[in-house]
This record gives sequence, structure tokens and C-alpha cells, in this order.
Amino acid sequence: MIPSPVFAAVHTIPDPPLPFWTFFIFTVIKMVLVFTVYMVGVALLTLAERKISAWIQGRLGPNRVGGKLGLLQPAADGVKNIMKEETLPSHVNKPLFMLAPMLAFVPAMLAWAVIPFGAPWDSRWGRISMVVADLPVGFLFTLAIASLGVYGIVLAGWSSNNKYALLGGLRSSAQMVSYEIAMGMSLIPVLLLAGNVTLNDIIDQQANMHIWNVLTLTISFFIFTVAAFAETNRLPFDLPEAESELIAGYHTEYSAMKFSMFPISEYANMATSSALMATLFFGGWDIPFTKQDNTSGVGFLLVLLSIAIFMVKTLFFIFVFIWIRWTLPRFRYDQLMSLGWKTMLPLALAYIVIIAATLLGLDYLGLQRGFLYGLAMLAVNAVLVVVVFFILDRGRIISPAYGRATPQQISRLRAVTTARSHLSPQSGD
Amino acid sequence: MAINVKVLERPVEEVSYVRATLKGMARTFKHLFEQKVTTQYPEQKEDISRRWRGTHRMLTTETGKAKCVACGLCPTVCPSNCIKLVPGEDEQGNRYPLVFEIDEFRCIFCGYCQEVCPEEAIHVGRHYENSEYSREGFVYDLERLMAQTHPVCEMWDPADPKGE
Repeated sequence: MIPSPVFAAVHTIPDPPLPFWTFFIFTVIKMVLVFTVYMVGVALLTLAERKISAWIQGRLGPNRVGGKLGLLQPAADGVKNIMKEETLPSHVNKPLFMLAPMLAFVPAMLAWAVIPFGAPWDSRWGRISMVVADLPVGFLFTLAIASLGVYGIVLAGWSSNNKYALLGGLRSSAQMVSYEIAMGMSLIPVLLLAGNVTLNDIIDQQANMHIWNVLTLTISFFIFTVAAFAETNRLPFDLPEAESELIAGYHTEYSAMKFSMFPISEYANMATSSALMATLFFGGWDIPFTKQDNTSGVGFLLVLLSIAIFMVKTLFFIFVFIWIRWTLPRFRYDQLMSLGWKTMLPLALAYIVIIAATLLGLDYLGLQRGFLYGLAMLAVNAVLVVVVFFILDRGRIISPAYGRATPQQISRLRAVTTARSHLSPQSGD
Repeated sequence: MAINVKVLERPVEEVSYVRATLKGMARTFKHLFEQKVTTQYPEQKEDISRRWRGTHRMLTTETGKAKCVACGLCPTVCPSNCIKLVPGEDEQGNRYPLVFEIDEFRCIFCGYCQEVCPEEAIHVGRHYENSEYSREGFVYDLERLMAQTHPVCEMWDPADPKGE
């Protein structure tokens, strides 16, 4: 019989529960800290986006408020947005119109509760895990909450009672539904490898294997990244806003702070997705090339170091989000749909089958989930990456402007047009 | 299928998305560190041409009087009819402008007034920052035209067409 590696991989021994008041106080501290850092970070992201976009375009970006880097620009923007007039158009559905920004904002805040941001701390009061809520289903919770954000956008579009806003909302819901599936599917290989849905266990698995998941499951990472872009409505998937087509899409009718909620939630979602990418594929808070942090709790300095490492990884992905935004143009709607349903979903499904078969094979050979196991995965992965990026990606991932005409169709069209051009001078005689 | 649709035949083996995206990202990343082209406007200003035709200026004689002799050529040549001139004459029979006003809003800055002036009195200048709180503020009278200090425009010289 095959030893059951899936359950062997689950090596989490539940920590002894903390006394209630210790738990309570530390949870409150963690909540306050995470919320503060998160909100300030999101505010600074708006500045980062403007700065990086400016640099990419050869400009300087905001530099009038708060020194050469414009560090007080987010504060100035916040004050401006609060002072502005709140417009409430007469034709909107008022309760839903007011509810929509909150519905977009709250899930964006919630998702961070379950993301571990540091190594557990062995303090004198017991082991403090560096995650606000250590849910056993943490990972599923994030996925569920992340897809709740679409309600805000759809309701904003619908309650605005405006054609452009409605179209934005419709596009958003279609986009979310299409990419949600690919995103979920792309993460199944990660779960298969880790054998658990707790984010801390996924980090442990990567630490034990000494190889980040991005190297063993590159295609999962690729699909997850693309889907995350679609989920956060970032370019090249910003069809719900699409300012050149839909004015401002779903937030056309919003002003002042209600409007500001939507960009804030977009940036918050971006930060969440980046943190998830760092956790699931890049080893999370694990300090590279060391072992002491993934066996048990560590001292305070190492905790700080692990938090710093996690932040660096997250910030890198946030940078990638911004970088891509100022590189790629927007997809056409049909390209968006065909990419989601015809490329991402089949790719993810096929990948699940291949990875599951590989894992089964490796387990059958009796390999333990260690470095050797990772190397074997790496070899399989290298082949798959070459197949996907150099054979599949030959004009097939995104359909070009003329659609996927076969050579036969093209030659038939050519025949028709040449026949026409032969005919026309004769008829002119 | 519509008539005369242009069908391009693209070699499938050369078309990619992922690799093209990475190429594009490399390009934008290079731009991050390139020389920035922004001019910090109120503090820095772009150099303007020596032939720039901007705010008018009335030149004066050594005694501080306007060079204008109220000949009436500039209001005649002005295509936008923005110069108002009322001539006067002193005891010696010298003509001078009693009223000389230029409406900078009506002016199209063609520079004909400067070209036509026999006394080289009225000039268009190398200056462009005009702002007022009222439309009336843009009607410059003789005193204000004489008080301008910016350099004046060098008109196009047929002998030196490139301005060298």
C-alpha cells in the first residue's frame, strides 16, 4: 500500500492554547498593528503608483507636498477627498448606492486577518503566532473573502442607474466569475503539495522542501498571477473601469470619500493578492537558508526579520502589479473571456492532473517530502514551463484582432477578394 | 464577411503573449531609471525663441517719453483691431498719443504693429505670463506698456532667415 503522504505532510502539532487574557491582549495588539500598517501602506501605495508611473513615463511624479518624494501626497489627497462635496444623484437607488463602497471596502480589509506575516514568537507569555486569526481554513477564507469584493462593484454599477456604470458592473461580475474558477483551480496543486489549507503549513512545506513553490509549480503561479490581476481589476484587466470606454465604469456617479473607497479597496486587494503570492509561492515569512524558524517559535529579533522578509516579498509583488499596469494595454472583452475560459481554465485543470499524477508517482517511489522531492518536481516543472511558454504560447494564448482564422479560411477570403478586384475593372469598362 | 477586409497572415510561431509581455516589462523597467524630462514650471522655465511674440512693450526715449508719434499705422495694420490710438499734438507740432491702448485679449500676436512702426516704438515681447482677475485688466494703457521691462522680439530678418 502507498504510504499516505498527504496526511504525513500534516505535521502541525497544535500549540498549547494561551490563557484567555494573554490571547485577548495579543490579538488586540496584532489587530491594531496590522490594521494601522495596512491602511498606511495602502495610502502610500497610491503614491507609489503615481511615482512609478511617472518614472516609467519619464516624469517626476508628485513632489510638491512633503519633500522631493511627495510623501504627504496621500494625506493631502485624503483631506481633499473628505472636504469634497458628497454628491447623491437623484436617480440612484440610495441605500444600495451608499452600501456599495462599504461592500467593496470591508472584504478588502478582512482578507488580511488570516495571512501569517511573521514567524511565531516564543515570548515569555507563550507562543504568539504572527497572524491575526489563525483559522484552520485560512486559505479558503481568503479566497472566499477576496471574491466578495465584486459585490461592491456590481452594486455600485447597478444602483447608479447609469449605462456606463451598469456596463462596468456587468463586466466586473463576468470577469470575476471567469477568473475566480481559474484562480481556485490554480491553487489546487499548491494544496496537493502541502496537504493542508492552513497558510502556515504551506509556508512550512516550502521551508521543508528548500524550494519555493514558484519553482516547483510555476504554471500555478502564472495562472494565479493572471487571475489575481483580473480579480483586483488591475490593468490589463481593468475593463470594469475602462476610462476610455466607460468614463469611469462602476464609480462614474461617485464623488469624494465614497469614490475614494473604491481605489482604496483596489489597492488593498492588490496588497492582499501580493501577500498571497508571497505566501503561497515564495515561501512567505520563511527566512531563506535558515532552519530554526520553521521548527518552532523564535526570538523577537528573528520574528522582526521574518516580518521584514515577508514585507519585502509583498512589496515586490505590489511593484510588479504597478509595473505591469504601466506596461500592458487593456484586453478586449472577447480576449478577456477567451483567455479565462479557453486558456486559463483548461490549463489549470490539465496542470492539476499532471501534478497529481506526479505526486502520486513520487509518493509511490517512496520519496519523502524533502529536497529530493522538490528536485523531482523541479524537473517536471521545467518541462511543463517549456511546453507552455514556448509551444502553447504561439499565437494561441491571446487571440489576435482578426480572430482565430484557419489557413483555409484565410485562403478562401484571399480568393474572394482577388476575384472581386479582377471583376471591378471589367465592370467599369 | 465585410468587403475588402484586410487579412494579415501572421506566422503563428512568431506570435506570443507571455514572452512579448516580458519584453515589454523589460522596456518599461529600463525607463524607470532614465533621465526625466519634466520642467518644474514656476521655478524652471523653458528657453523661448528670440523671435517669440508675446506681451507688448512701448519703448521710450532718453527723456522717458514714449517713442510713439501717433502716426496711426499700427491700428491700421492690426488684423484683430486691438489697438486704440487717439493722436494729440503739442505746441511745437510734435504728435504724440493721447490714448494708446492694446487689448491683449483681442491681440493675435502677429507682430505686424512692430513691423510697421516707423519709430520702432511698439514691440511684441519675449514674455508670456499674463493673468488678471478681470477682462478689463487685459487692456494695457500707454503707461503700462512703457513700464514693461522684458526683452523685445527680434523680428525675422530676410538676410538671416535662420536667426543665426
